[in-house]
Amino acid sequence: MKRSSIVGAIVPPLVAVLGAMAATSLVIAVSGGSAVDFVATIFSVPNERVLITIINQSAMLSLSAFAAAICFRMGLFNIGVEGQYTVGACAGAFFAGSGLVPGPLNILVTLVVAMLAGAGYALIAALLKVGRGVSEVISAIMLNYIALTMAGYLVARYGETSGYTYVTAEIPPSSQPLGFNLFPNAPGDVWALSTLAVIVGVGYWFLMSRTRFGFDLRATGESTSAALASGVSVGRMVLIVMALSGAVAGLVWMPAFFGSVHSFGPPENFQAGLGFTGLAVALLGRNRTIGIFVGAVLFAFLAGQSNALQQEGIAKEVVDITQGIVVLAVVVAYAVVGRRRAQAEQERVARQLDAEREGVSA
Amino acid sequence: MRRLAKYGVAVATCGLILSACGTAADDEDNANDEVEAKCDPVQIEGDVKVGLAYDVGGRGDQSFNDSAYAGLERAQTELGIAEVTEGEAAQDEPEEVREERLRTFADAGHNVIVGVGFAYSTAIDTVAPEYPNVSFGVIDGFDPTEDDVNCNVAYLGFAEHEGSYLVGAAAALQSETGQLGFVGGVNNPLIQKFEAGFEAGAKAADPDVEVTSTYIEEKDTKGFQDPAGGKAAAQGLYSEGADIVFHAAGASGSGVFDAAVEADMLAIGVDSDQFLTASEAQKPRILTSMLKRVDTATFGFIESAVNGEPDQGFTTFTLADEGVGYSESGGFLTPETIAELEKYKADIISGDVEVPTEP
Repeated sequence: MKRSSIVGAIVPPLVAVLGAMAATSLVIAVSGGSAVDFVATIFSVPNERVLITIINQSAMLSLSAFAAAICFRMGLFNIGVEGQYTVGACAGAFFAGSGLVPGPLNILVTLVVAMLAGAGYALIAALLKVGRGVSEVISAIMLNYIALTMAGYLVARYGETSGYTYVTAEIPPSSQPLGFNLFPNAPGDVWALSTLAVIVGVGYWFLMSRTRFGFDLRATGESTSAALASGVSVGRMVLIVMALSGAVAGLVWMPAFFGSVHSFGPPENFQAGLGFTGLAVALLGRNRTIGIFVGAVLFAFLAGQSNALQQEGIAKEVVDITQGIVVLAVVVAYAVVGRRRAQAEQERVARQLDAEREGVSA
Repeated sequence: MRRLAKYGVAVATCGLILSACGTAADDEDNANDEVEAKCDPVQIEGDVKVGLAYDVGGRGDQSFNDSAYAGLERAQTELGIAEVTEGEAAQDEPEEVREERLRTFADAGHNVIVGVGFAYSTAIDTVAPEYPNVSFGVIDGFDPTEDDVNCNVAYLGFAEHEGSYLVGAAAALQSETGQLGFVGGVNNPLIQKFEAGFEAGAKAADPDVEVTSTYIEEKDTKGFQDPAGGKAAAQGLYSEGADIVFHAAGASGSGVFDAAVEADMLAIGVDSDQFLTASEAQKPRILTSMLKRVDTATFGFIESAVNGEPDQGFTTFTLADEGVGYSESGGFLTPETIAELEKYKADIISGDVEVPTEP
């Protein structure tokens, strides 16, 4: 039983990835490219610089995916991670750049500020849902647009000019943590705060599977009426869970902010889109801790290979196609496996019943 | 007790960042200030091999990136450059990926690398010192660390406000409603130069003219590849009474032209001579185009490398050296307008007219 459930968890994504590769190869071959070059390049070992980028990007992607997964587990669709991490990054950057708190302590307080900002922004959608019954999907999508536009306005209004863009004040050098120099010969470090992904990952696992709160959360996700019957206040849960999700979202940009960018100013000094990709990663990882890490690494790996692909004359959009098909294929593969398993279970029960009935009649 | 609390915070901080409290400040002390050296020309080894990195939108935007490609094509035919590789930025890509694109070019033996668009400025500033024998060029580029000069980088800028001034004057001279519109891709200081020049030129030709400006995106570079957004913006301007709309929105411009077709009004193209690449339906709607000769800049930069002395430092292409201008394709500009424009042009070149760069 145990073994079959492990196989059931590993085989579908593996099949999905291979299927996605095959489908993408087909697209390339049909559009006149070389599928062989594609497969050879995408499976080639990236150089050290790209490996560092992959690690850092997977850290941010998994943070974003954990933010989404907290809500998914309760049946909430927090599509607003995108806006929440933008607001968190903006608030954190303004605070950190002001240098109100000296030295490394600035990092710690900034993280709190970013989390509070993200949580506060998520609460808007949560309050609308609990108070007025507005779907969190609709309100959060709108809030995503508001977040980026508002951040852009604030930076243009209160920031400084840098080249052709506006940015917030750079954080003082004493608040810039050194990264981990994995490869001495390659420029770039694994950012210090990329470790946040591991901390949040462990916290997520603990919260979901080892606490009463996590149990209530999952129970509400399985059946709202059952949760109500067992004394869970669903409205309160929505508020807490959305706030928690927003707080984690507030952390998404922090590794890059403290690790390399040091100021905030979309589009140059901010990477938009991590929130949306995080949703896909959470879906890919089936909201499980390990699954999310694997999914994040896979997405970051595919994106990291895009330059190498371009050198071979393969369009960068191919990476997007592959990522999209992987998500789609994973959903399909799990559905197929789930149906098979349900069928097998039914047959087993039917056999057992038959056997019992025969036993009775005999 | 208080000391204990302080200690606790310090330990918590260190524990969290796991980097043993090391910060960049520790490193900075070791950096010794080198005296700024005079730049020697970059020594390019072997045949010139060009890597061209496009901005978001890429080849096929019929505007900015295509203009750079035209320069590259010209270099291929006229200078006989055999090895050329192109790369393109993805929407929302991290800075590291942009840097990696340049490094991938350099590692593959490209010794002349052009970043098309100011978005490459920071990446080139980071990567250039790692490859001293590679000559880098940035279209619209700026140096984010001005006190730290990179000898192997050429910053190729344009006086967009001057060219925009001329098409603004042309629009004012040929407008029937006395209302003009401007659609910018992204609201940043670079695109504001277009807006400022356009408005100044229009007012110079007709002080009573009204100019309304709008931007597709406040910050997001997607504003340069959003034809639907460009169309919506232009439709708004036309419905408010504008009869000529100037766009500085890259690939979003095709949406502006579509809006012009539907509203039966006129539009002004940007960067390339867009009359030449527009669809048959759009052609009669394109009054003129503000030419920003990205092709000239790209070609000139590659040529300088072929001649063994690659450009370095800042170059601004102006009206005086035909780096910006306006197009006459389609024959929609009347001879009187052209005569006026030539007068303005002479005034700008002589310095009698100074065009503002901020709206």
